[in-house]
Amino acid sequence: MHNNDSKTVFGFWVYLMTDCVLFASLFVTYAVLHGNTFGGPGAAELFSLPFVLGETLILLTSSFTAGLAMLAAHAGRPRQVLAWFAVTFLLGVAFLTMEVTEFSKLAHEGNSWQRSGFLSAFFTLVGTHGLHITSGLIWMGIMMTKVVRGGLAPNTLRRLTLLSMFWHFLDIIWIFIFTIVYLMGAAS
Amino acid sequence: MKTQDTHGSLFTYITGFILSVGLTLVAYFAVADQWLSGTGLITFIVSLAVVQLIVQLFFFLHLGSESKPRWNLTIFLFMLLVVVIIVFGSIWVMNHLNYNMATPSDTDAHIIQDEGFKK
Amino acid sequence: MKILGNLTFDALKHDGITGLTVNAMLIGAPIAFILLVAGLTYFKRWPTAIGFVKWLWKNWLTSLDPKKIGVMYLVTAFAMLLRGVADAAMMRAQQATSVGSSHGIVSSDTFQQVFTAHGTIMIFFVAMGLMFGIINLVLPLQIGARDVAFPFMNSASFWLYVAGTVLINLSLVVGQLAATGWLAYPPLSELAYSPGVGVDYWIWSLQIAGIGSMLSGINFLVTILKMRRPGMTLMKMPMFTWSVLNAMVLVAFAFPILTATLAMLALDRTLGMHFFTAGAGGNAMMYVNLIWAWGHPEVYILVLPAFGIFSEVVATYSHKRLFGYTSMVWALGAITFLSFIVWLHHFFTMGAGADVNTFFGIMTAVIAVPTGVKVFNWLFTMYRGRVVFATPMLWFLGFVVTFTIGGMTGVLMSVPAIDFQVHNTLFLVAHFHNMIIGGVVFGYFAGITYWWPKIFGFKLNERLGRYAFWCWFTGFLLAFIPLYILGLMGAARRLDHYDASMGWQWLFIVSGVGVLFISAGIGFQILQLAYSVWKRKENRDTTGDPWNGRTLEWSVPSPAPYYNFAVLSPVTERDPFWEAKQKAGSDRPAKQKYEDFEMPKNSPMGMFIAAFAFIFGFAVIWHIWWLVPLALLAVITTIAIRTLDDHSEYTVTAAEVEELEASHAQ
Repeated sequence: MHNNDSKTVFGFWVYLMTDCVLFASLFVTYAVLHGNTFGGPGAAELFSLPFVLGETLILLTSSFTAGLAMLAAHAGRPRQVLAWFAVTFLLGVAFLTMEVTEFSKLAHEGNSWQRSGFLSAFFTLVGTHGLHITSGLIWMGIMMTKVVRGGLAPNTLRRLTLLSMFWHFLDIIWIFIFTIVYLMGAAS
Repeated sequence: MKTQDTHGSLFTYITGFILSVGLTLVAYFAVADQWLSGTGLITFIVSLAVVQLIVQLFFFLHLGSESKPRWNLTIFLFMLLVVVIIVFGSIWVMNHLNYNMATPSDTDAHIIQDEGFKK
Repeated sequence: MKILGNLTFDALKHDGITGLTVNAMLIGAPIAFILLVAGLTYFKRWPTAIGFVKWLWKNWLTSLDPKKIGVMYLVTAFAMLLRGVADAAMMRAQQATSVGSSHGIVSSDTFQQVFTAHGTIMIFFVAMGLMFGIINLVLPLQIGARDVAFPFMNSASFWLYVAGTVLINLSLVVGQLAATGWLAYPPLSELAYSPGVGVDYWIWSLQIAGIGSMLSGINFLVTILKMRRPGMTLMKMPMFTWSVLNAMVLVAFAFPILTATLAMLALDRTLGMHFFTAGAGGNAMMYVNLIWAWGHPEVYILVLPAFGIFSEVVATYSHKRLFGYTSMVWALGAITFLSFIVWLHHFFTMGAGADVNTFFGIMTAVIAVPTGVKVFNWLFTMYRGRVVFATPMLWFLGFVVTFTIGGMTGVLMSVPAIDFQVHNTLFLVAHFHNMIIGGVVFGYFAGITYWWPKIFGFKLNERLGRYAFWCWFTGFLLAFIPLYILGLMGAARRLDHYDASMGWQWLFIVSGVGVLFISAGIGFQILQLAYSVWKRKENRDTTGDPWNGRTLEWSVPSPAPYYNFAVLSPVTERDPFWEAKQKAGSDRPAKQKYEDFEMPKNSPMGMFIAAFAFIFGFAVIWHIWWLVPLALLAVITTIAIRTLDDHSEYTVTAAEVEELEASHAQ
């Protein structure tokens, strides 16, 4: 079983590394297309920095609470695990809500993904991150159910480890979205 | 990230969190209040992002604190290499391709700049 | 919203040869089915038929044994080879006859779909299929393991590959395939210039199969790093294993680029985005850049395992250890790293300027060096060995000749100024077929022949194998040397017609004869298979070690037991089986201590995931919007059900193992 854990955790880490290359491809496409606004508004006009700071701090906090959940898991405290993952989940939902709000506002004012190369790249890069967050939240819901039903069995513990790795990884990707898309966009 | 023994502690998570918040806020205010401008600003915020990356890799994902052989670290470094090659390589290539695809007036501007003609 | 999206009966209507083929299938298949049902009923053979289906389901389709999965990969890849060669034959026939006032055997539009299908099928479904097939069959045995790291994911990867083949074959009958070439460059592949479903079939077939490939990359990487026998350090691994390790690193880090790029093209076509469109801020050159950033590592993914196979084959049939093991390892690593920094040589002419072109040109020339090191090491291995020229060695020698020619033309084209003259001419086409046929295909044929007894328990017929080789080798030279000449004469690639005054026709005819030879070669291979199966009892491999091999896979009976090894004892040196044979009198140690171990149970879930993925792809292609989220939900649910299954393994007890080992020893 010990051996299984080490294999599975390592395998999941390798998958996360491949996901980094996927995001890198989307990032570099954004970098190449970010000036292609086709006469429309660019990053400086469209992004609200305070709003994005809010999103960033929320996601960062959720990464922290996911870490606390794992500490509780290794200490064998299922109730604490549930509590901290519940907080993480709510913060994740808040983050997504903010992101969806931003997207629909842009779309409604005519700046959808169809408007220009720049906007296609923006929506796809940030949207792919958002899809990963959504998957993570679904996974979190399933895992919380597993903890409620069966406590912290070895299989569950291993899966929670993978989930927390995934969640931390998503916050790390967000650091770069925040910096390259939003901060650099506003600075241009 | 967990291997057999490296789970981190309350201390590592709190430290990581505080450092990350700090780095985020510094980057934010650097842009919002324009502490720097131009390439200097870009370099600054990107460096902050890289530092936060290392902070989170170490404090949240426990990278580098596993026992040997450190495959996670090795694969991470290789991924970084590939990403750097693809990202900077592509930007280098695309900039040069765009150079040749420029509009006539852009081409004039390039030639003037590159050949050192002064207006 | 129409319930079937854009799908109508018009999708089944085709012209020309395609129309004949499709109509024959649409009429023939139901007739064959009715005949089958009638025959089974009349001859009262339903129980046999049902028994057969059950056997197939239990022993093959739901098996998580990599040996079974490997065979299924090979069967599928070989079937796709037939289609790919048929496409090639059509292209040769067209180009040999479509001169002056004649317009050959197919229309322009059909021709464009034919060469697109040919390239796509050969690279993604033949070469990748052969590769993953052989790796599945051999890798766990070579590192002394019982299975791969993630057996279920292995099954899912295989079925995703099958889903891709189904989609691309379906495009022949229902709708069309892309007419854009095998890499579907925009703007031609964008909606404005390819409004039909062809490019969408291409995208989703590759996207689905590509995810399977990426998961396999992760799987085999973890397998090699984590599941070797105790004592088998990296520098004691067989060279084939080293080559697979490097290839899987390439798969893991290059395929995400393909996934992202195909996704962006799909978003352009399906959601009206502007990544690569000709207007609205798109940049088609970025597609070319990204697709080749994947595409170049891809060709090394294909060839590195072939190199690994040659290392095994040459050492074994020379009865000598591989020359220069350490330099071989370094050469593999160098090739792996360098393959990430040469991609621009595929588009020197797109106009990045002298600085950029020079860098990539030099790197391209450099990458030939480690490959040369490997070729010399193989030849040095043969020197002073007691060489047996069995069929796998013939494939190796054929490789040395053809791959060297192709390598030289590659270095020639690495000089941008020369490349400007021959880019997208038949010179280029001849070069890459040299590499892929001479390197990849010959290598995998050698491997299949070499390891066949281990998997099936009997040897393939040598004589027919020789005939097959000579037909392939001669056919290859006849088919492709004329293309080098044509390219230098100015013939562009993908031409479906040319003027009589060019003076090219006789060369195209010679090339067409080459294809006939290659087809004869395939015919001999099929004959070899049939004959060898018929004569399998006479050619049985009774010792498990038919070639006096060196590595662990030869230490188990043939065919290998489903659990591979009864005992996972440590190894101490390279070529552990050879060393063990030199030391001990007998091939197998006297009395072993057996232990219980876990094996994965069969599972149909991999197939279901792939089936739902296929439906998802089909729905997106035909804009059957209501079906898209349903199919996606089905995929996710199936994954969730499987991953939450805590009872997916069963125990094999020490007693059972002891019994099985005893029965093999008889």
